[in-house]
Amino acid sequence: MTSRARWAGVLRTPVGVAAAVLLGAVLLLAVCAPLLWGGRADEVDTAHILAPASAEHWAGTDNLGRDIFFRVLVATRTSVWLALLATGLGVAVGLLLGTAPLLLGPRLGRLVTAAVNIAVAFPGLLLALSFAVIFGAGASGAVPAIGLAIAPGFARLTQTLSATVAGRDFVAAARIAGVGRIRVLLRHVLPNIAEPLLVNATMAAGGSLLAFAGLSFLGLGVQTPGYDWGRLLGEGLNGIYLNPAAALVPGVAVVLAGLAFNLVGEAAAKAVGPRTATAPVRGASADGIAHGADLPAGQADAVLVVEDLTVSFGPVTPVRGVGFTLRRGESVGIVGESGSGKSLTALAVAQLIEQPGRVEARRLEFLGDDLLRTPPRARPRLLGTSLAMVFQDPMTSFNPVQRIGRQLAEVAEQHLGQRRGPALARAVDRLRAVRIPGAARRARQFPHEFSGGMRQRAMIGMGLMGEPKLIIADEPTTALDVTVQRQVLSLLADVRAADDVAVLLISHDLGVVEQVCDRVLVMYAGRFVEDLPVARLRDGARHPYTRALLGAVPDLATDRDQPLVVIPGRPADPAAPPPGCAFAPRCPLADDHCVRADPALVDDGSGGRVACWHADERPEPVLSAATEGEGR
Amino acid sequence: MSELTFEDVTVRFGSGRRAMTAVDRVHLTVPSGAVVGLVGESGSGKSTLARAAVGLTPVAGGRILLDGRPLPRAGRRPLQMVFQDPYSSLDPRMTIGSSIAEAIPRGAVTGAAGRRDEVARLLELVDLSADRAACHPAELSGGQRQRVALARALAGRPDVVIADEITSALDVSIQGTVLNLVRDLHRSLGLSMLFITHDLAVVRYVSDYIAVMYLGRIVEYGPAESVLADPQHPYTRELLAAARRPGREAVDTVPAQVAEAEPADPHHPPPGCRFHPRCPVGPLVHADRAVCRDTAPTGDGRRHRAACHFAGGAADRPGVPPPGDPGS
Amino acid sequence: MTSTTASTAVFAHLSGNPWLRFAARRFGRLLVSVWVLVTAAFLMIHLIPGDPVRAALGNTAPVELVEARRATLGLNNPLWQQYADYLRHLFAGDFGTSMLSGMPVSQVIGDRLPATAELAGLAFALAVLVSIPLGLVMAVLTRGGRRRPVELAFTSGSVLLAVVPEFLVAVGLVYVFSVELGWAPVAMRQGPSSYVLPVLALALGPASVLARIVRVETLAVLQAEYIRTARAKRLPDRRVYLRHALPNALTATITVGGLLLGAMVAGTVLAENVFAWPGLGSTIVSSILAKDYPVVQGVVLVYGLGVLLVNLVVDVALALLDPRSTIRES
Repeated sequence: MTSRARWAGVLRTPVGVAAAVLLGAVLLLAVCAPLLWGGRADEVDTAHILAPASAEHWAGTDNLGRDIFFRVLVATRTSVWLALLATGLGVAVGLLLGTAPLLLGPRLGRLVTAAVNIAVAFPGLLLALSFAVIFGAGASGAVPAIGLAIAPGFARLTQTLSATVAGRDFVAAARIAGVGRIRVLLRHVLPNIAEPLLVNATMAAGGSLLAFAGLSFLGLGVQTPGYDWGRLLGEGLNGIYLNPAAALVPGVAVVLAGLAFNLVGEAAAKAVGPRTATAPVRGASADGIAHGADLPAGQADAVLVVEDLTVSFGPVTPVRGVGFTLRRGESVGIVGESGSGKSLTALAVAQLIEQPGRVEARRLEFLGDDLLRTPPRARPRLLGTSLAMVFQDPMTSFNPVQRIGRQLAEVAEQHLGQRRGPALARAVDRLRAVRIPGAARRARQFPHEFSGGMRQRAMIGMGLMGEPKLIIADEPTTALDVTVQRQVLSLLADVRAADDVAVLLISHDLGVVEQVCDRVLVMYAGRFVEDLPVARLRDGARHPYTRALLGAVPDLATDRDQPLVVIPGRPADPAAPPPGCAFAPRCPLADDHCVRADPALVDDGSGGRVACWHADERPEPVLSAATEGEGR
Repeated sequence: MSELTFEDVTVRFGSGRRAMTAVDRVHLTVPSGAVVGLVGESGSGKSTLARAAVGLTPVAGGRILLDGRPLPRAGRRPLQMVFQDPYSSLDPRMTIGSSIAEAIPRGAVTGAAGRRDEVARLLELVDLSADRAACHPAELSGGQRQRVALARALAGRPDVVIADEITSALDVSIQGTVLNLVRDLHRSLGLSMLFITHDLAVVRYVSDYIAVMYLGRIVEYGPAESVLADPQHPYTRELLAAARRPGREAVDTVPAQVAEAEPADPHHPPPGCRFHPRCPVGPLVHADRAVCRDTAPTGDGRRHRAACHFAGGAADRPGVPPPGDPGS
Repeated sequence: MTSTTASTAVFAHLSGNPWLRFAARRFGRLLVSVWVLVTAAFLMIHLIPGDPVRAALGNTAPVELVEARRATLGLNNPLWQQYADYLRHLFAGDFGTSMLSGMPVSQVIGDRLPATAELAGLAFALAVLVSIPLGLVMAVLTRGGRRRPVELAFTSGSVLLAVVPEFLVAVGLVYVFSVELGWAPVAMRQGPSSYVLPVLALALGPASVLARIVRVETLAVLQAEYIRTARAKRLPDRRVYLRHALPNALTATITVGGLLLGAMVAGTVLAENVFAWPGLGSTIVSSILAKDYPVVQGVVLVYGLGVLLVNLVVDVALALLDPRSTIRES
């Protein structure tokens, strides 16, 4: 989405429209009111001094008999103008201070940053009061006072934002290309932070309007004979028992104007801020029924039975009817690219999909219990002790503010009814079981004191707090170094061998799956396209996607003189799966039939399943690498 | 094309208690027209070395030379870099055409038309059609963006290109196209390259020479086939054992002490040989090899060198570094 | 200086403990901030264009009187000496003398501080006690796009309250409760009922902002992977929210909340002026208007120290809640 379209998007929300209209009205009033009603506002009428609200004077009159309502309208210009002036000053100073670290280099920059940090800690009002002392009471003093009070906050925001952008690789690339500091700032940094800064400046304008009203209210802002809303409010408060309207009308004006600026800012912030991916609403897969051959029901040693599982988020269905069975002690890998739905399949099986996600299946049984019919809440103990999860990123999968030991012990307390002491002892024992040296000491440490590999082992240890029958490991080694990866995989293999635990391993890496699994399920665009024993993977793969995956990544036996296999095009968009075979647009074997009709996952009679109209056919060798994405 | 040499290069971060030596007295040569693959795990300092080479990180000691001369501080940059994450390495606000054009050195082409032609030429060089120049990065796939990043690097007419983990952020089905492109460019343009990755299989596929880095030091360096076929350093052997190999079973032959050893903390590197706390041929397994604990080993300056007192696994090698070693 | 060497030695000895390191670093930062504050307060008077004494006494005051007052205030000495004197007096607890009343500023502050401290303290407590449970409950109720109407009501209500500055809230409260309903006294500090409106006026805005922050942070935390881990452990919801989500949401909240509560200390200035509260806030305004600069200087200093105190409390709370922050902090 272009930035103009996004700003236009502000106007599409009801709040945005209301705020924009309100702001427009305030600005219009600021321009017109003094021209239209300037005379009436200054008209002295000694006959009606301090009159209460009436049909003639809607908000009553002041101590010179002037009409307060019109004075409030006319004061819009002064109030808004002074606020904008102060904001402009504050934003300018803030921008200068905020970009100083980029322009001055690290050493001077750090000094500026430190100064800004100290200033930011002091409330704006306090700064404004102090500056008001220096500049003297009056509008000309209050403008720099409020402007300078805004500056530190704005400087800090600019600093944070520009440091983020400056740390990104495209700025590094520009610097390597010899682009100078000022040019980097103007061409790369400022355009990328302009939107949040603009949003913030709008809100700052609202804030300084209110601050100005505050100063004038205290008598430190606009001085007689000038007047703004704050001054009118202060005068009105003295007579609040006689004529409440004299205080309330300027009060309402201040609130409305402040709200206008703030709401426009808020609406804009929503529009330009980090957006959650809004998937285009297109028809979900036309036919959601009966994909994958039915499995023989009721295997005695089945740990997990899944039939026709779908996961959907609104109109998008990233998992479109998958089925498989895991037997006791069996190890199955699901392989696919990002967006193929492999992780969602794992989370759905573990009953960890949160709203608005929806999980449906013809069968979803764990240890013979139907997980779909019984709400998961009713059986936390079964899942809590028999199903272990290992997630991809061990850095973020532990609660950072709780000790590792407690996080493990919690499971035993919750599901095994153990007290704190024995639960902690079990946690230490489990940490020892996953080969964590100095387990008792380590249990008292926080996650950030563990290395990545150790955390992943502790995560496996957490799963071992109960007596797991199934471990679901979602990319357990992707975030780890190769040498550490091996430790974790061999630990998984040991756990599996020791207690006959079934393992469902999710990975993008065929090599990892080969090391750990008996069977591999290849997933593409929310469906399984092939299911085969690992032993047959290298020379018995029948689906063109499986074969291409094997050739696309080099291993230690790849022929260095041959180009790698290329899979043209992009991975399928889960929001818009094609009607036929999802892989057809990238498949060298695809014909018209493939584009129209989606092949079912068919049992091949020898322990494998494949979903392809052209299984086993070999494509013409791909000669050119020049086609990636150009067709889309 | 030219030869890039790191001479005794050290890079430090922070100061005082938090000081960390990310790159510790590294010697490395990227011969003219060759691809040198630099492998190592996260925290080994390989990316820091790359950033130091292109001037993004200041060097605390040593020199970086191009054909024997120090790198120029201003003007045309003879070294260009391609980054890991193609989603962060292109300015989302700029068309890819202007991103590439920005990197063309001043005076290399004349006029707007000259620039446009040069951008078109570069895009075609990386197998993208010239009309893509008007696209914004958001309109391109990850693989296409990575090719644009390559084109931008080539726009600077570099003598050496540094590629930092350029395939790790890409989907498996896309990685092959980028690797193929790197090989084609190397062959057609004779580019010198420093190719950084954590993946030994990828390095093997593209490199002429392989350097292995561990905790800020180069522990092994040599011609690719020699390092792969006859790894001298135990760390290289461990990497090879962990790397993808078709149809390999998960077999662990490492001694238990080694399997359970924790990866070292780059902030507190161990004394002596930095690999000794997890080395299968070091003091952990062989009690008499105390030399590893207190003496840092050095490469021995041959064509294929390894910084290990017991390189090649032979127990009879002396632990004393030979004279004239590059590390002293 | 031997004391310095000794303290350095002690410091070096203790520096192994991250908590002591944190305390030492934090104390060092406090000292720097206090120094900056004191210097700023000193300079404030000297940055005033023209002669502050002339400004205070007015144009009609005789030259001799101005000169005499200048001499007693030490304004004729070189700047550095005035600075040294100022620091020396501060250490002795001498904040100067009011130009108007001739009372020691320390006495003025001593008289007025308790009223302000009570106000700020009560409002602080109210804001925290209301906003945290409210924000948490709102986050849980509206997570993942549930209950849109509740979210809308909460968001619009809190935006409105957050935008309206405390002196307007105060005016509104006075109008409704004092003028229309006659429930509460309008002004002054007399008896417990007189606290209700000022505390409410001061607490409402920050409480609503804080509640919003707590909600947003809790929502973000509920997306975190360790919450998924907690759910994978099949813990009851209550435990997931209170034991895993809340502490993490609070660590993120406290930083922003600290700034807000610091602003609350300054907010007393406005609230006190609406309610004629006999605290520092009404003193500082009348002193600025009367150009009684020594009093202004002293009160600004006290407010600044109050803010620094709040910041210190925030950092310590953060360190207690989040074990990483003692290390991250530098």
